[in-house]
Amino acid sequence: MSFGWSKPYEPKSDFGKWMDARLPLPRLVYGSVGGGYEVPKNINYFYNFGVLSGLALLIQIVTGIVLAMHYAANTEVAFSSVEHIMRNVNYGWLMRYMHANGASFFFIVVYLHMWRGLYYGSYKAPREMVWMLGVVIFLLMMATAFMGYVLPWGQMSFWGATVITNLFSAIPIVGDTLVTFLLGGFAVDNATLNRFFSLHFLLPFVIAGVVILKIWSLHIPGSNNPTGVEVKGPADTIPFHPYFTAKDLFGVGVYLIAFSIFLFFMPNFLGHPDNYIEANALATPEHIVPEWYFWPFYAILRAFTFDFILPAKLWGVIAMGAAIVLLFFLPWLDSSPVKSMRYRPKARMWTWVLAADIIVLSWCGGAVAEQPYIIISQIASMYYFAHFLIILPLVSRTETPLPLPASISEAVLKGKESTGAPAGQPDSGPAPVAPEAQPAE
Amino acid sequence: MATAPDAGDHTVGEAVGHSPDGVRRRDFIYVATGAFAGVGAVAAIWPFVDQMNPSADVLALASIEVNLAQLAEGQGIKVSWRGKPVFIQHLPPAKIAEAQAVDVSSLRDPQTYDERTQEGHRQYLIQIGVCTHLGCIPAGVAAGEVKGDFDGFFCPCHGSHYDDAGRIRKGPAPKNLVIPEYEFLSDTNVRIG
Repeated sequence: MSFGWSKPYEPKSDFGKWMDARLPLPRLVYGSVGGGYEVPKNINYFYNFGVLSGLALLIQIVTGIVLAMHYAANTEVAFSSVEHIMRNVNYGWLMRYMHANGASFFFIVVYLHMWRGLYYGSYKAPREMVWMLGVVIFLLMMATAFMGYVLPWGQMSFWGATVITNLFSAIPIVGDTLVTFLLGGFAVDNATLNRFFSLHFLLPFVIAGVVILKIWSLHIPGSNNPTGVEVKGPADTIPFHPYFTAKDLFGVGVYLIAFSIFLFFMPNFLGHPDNYIEANALATPEHIVPEWYFWPFYAILRAFTFDFILPAKLWGVIAMGAAIVLLFFLPWLDSSPVKSMRYRPKARMWTWVLAADIIVLSWCGGAVAEQPYIIISQIASMYYFAHFLIILPLVSRTETPLPLPASISEAVLKGKESTGAPAGQPDSGPAPVAPEAQPAE
Repeated sequence: MATAPDAGDHTVGEAVGHSPDGVRRRDFIYVATGAFAGVGAVAAIWPFVDQMNPSADVLALASIEVNLAQLAEGQGIKVSWRGKPVFIQHLPPAKIAEAQAVDVSSLRDPQTYDERTQEGHRQYLIQIGVCTHLGCIPAGVAAGEVKGDFDGFFCPCHGSHYDDAGRIRKGPAPKNLVIPEYEFLSDTNVRIG
């Protein structure tokens, strides 16, 4: 957002002036990621994950285009063309490992980015659209990652594709016809592989388009911040450049180091050895699991083991879909006017329970479909839905939030000494804070 | 700039790293960081460029061996090398003498027959069967093909005529047919590439 005090763009060179009158691209850059974009001065390292998600998308697109130059989407040769990339193509191993591990890292930074939004209440007005576009990107990412995993045509590719496309067969009446339509046949085969390759190539560019919309919608209210208090004056902000370009570059460095550790020292740690066995339509691997980033949702899918009005199979599919679609309604399920969990002791506690719950779901989703994992995923799934549909709406109506700082600037200068005094008014002294309810990260 | 009273002749600016010529200590850090990132970026880009070069399986087929024992005098064959045809002909002595007698100063791309063959293997004319004009395959190596006005090769695309030693005589092509790198491993075994 260009607040009133943002420095306007002034081209210095003659060429800059000439350009500005014809194609004001430098003005756009200056105003969106340059010195003309004012950002709350207290945003912490959690605010690096937006830029890191963008970097991860860029790495996926660049390495993906390279891989598409050497990969062949045909069931006869797909598996060996991947081995060709690994063994024959110059630096092919690097390209493929970057792409495979890059997908995992993309999800890591996106999950941390989502957690940031959840914890600091970034999904609330006036940023509901930013949040919802993020959920759209998340759905597109899941589809892209799933279809990409099918392309190497290993055992996990094949059986993952079989299981996930069969989810649609749970839909009453049209289910089976729909699956045949999606596969282009009666089982996962060449037609499926070809259309997945085509869509896997297309969707990242759709994601890039939604990212542009998301940044656009973000720049209207500007970034949220850890206090959740909106910007009130020039003392609350500093320009994006050079302050946050430098901070983001530092984050990029840390990210690339972590990425390189996986890339060069344990490139197959996040993969599954069964995918180095070529697809066999006549034998399913003993233990079939999706990639780690789908584990929580996979656990919810498998939690439904009994028929209740509708068949268990349909419940599982509905629940898995609902677990994500639910996020679209989050801005309205949480009606508290206070954004940041720093000032919401009860909601903060439940949000940490949610984090633990999602970790438990992940653990169950990666485990075998046996007891005790089934009963644990049933309880954890129940909590997941209860959190969003019961706990959050109730807590947001009943809890007493801690006093908010008068402004971002006051929170930075005085910490928890700051009270809810209106901007420009002197503080009335330390806030009466209950001992068990300390503001925390 | 204020003078620090207890620091002798040193100014505050000097104490925090400003030298009189305006270069700060921190400038070194900026330049070092930028240079390090620049070198890193170039190193990271190289794999993305190099992946477009021929891969190991392509390079593995970059040279071939041909046995010429079955190639009788007057015969010619085409072999595939690096995705292109190579013409190998076993010329009779009369043809060789005729090609050696040509006055090379009259040619567009002057080259003697001896320059186009190897000592000790004069009877084998080995050349890449690709017209030097725009890359079509000239006719003339196999029996019954059109040989052009100079009893050598004729390119049907744009009408280039080559003589029996593959030298350009007429038409738009600028150069003689290209001689590939080759080496005779024995009298009848040749490795091309």
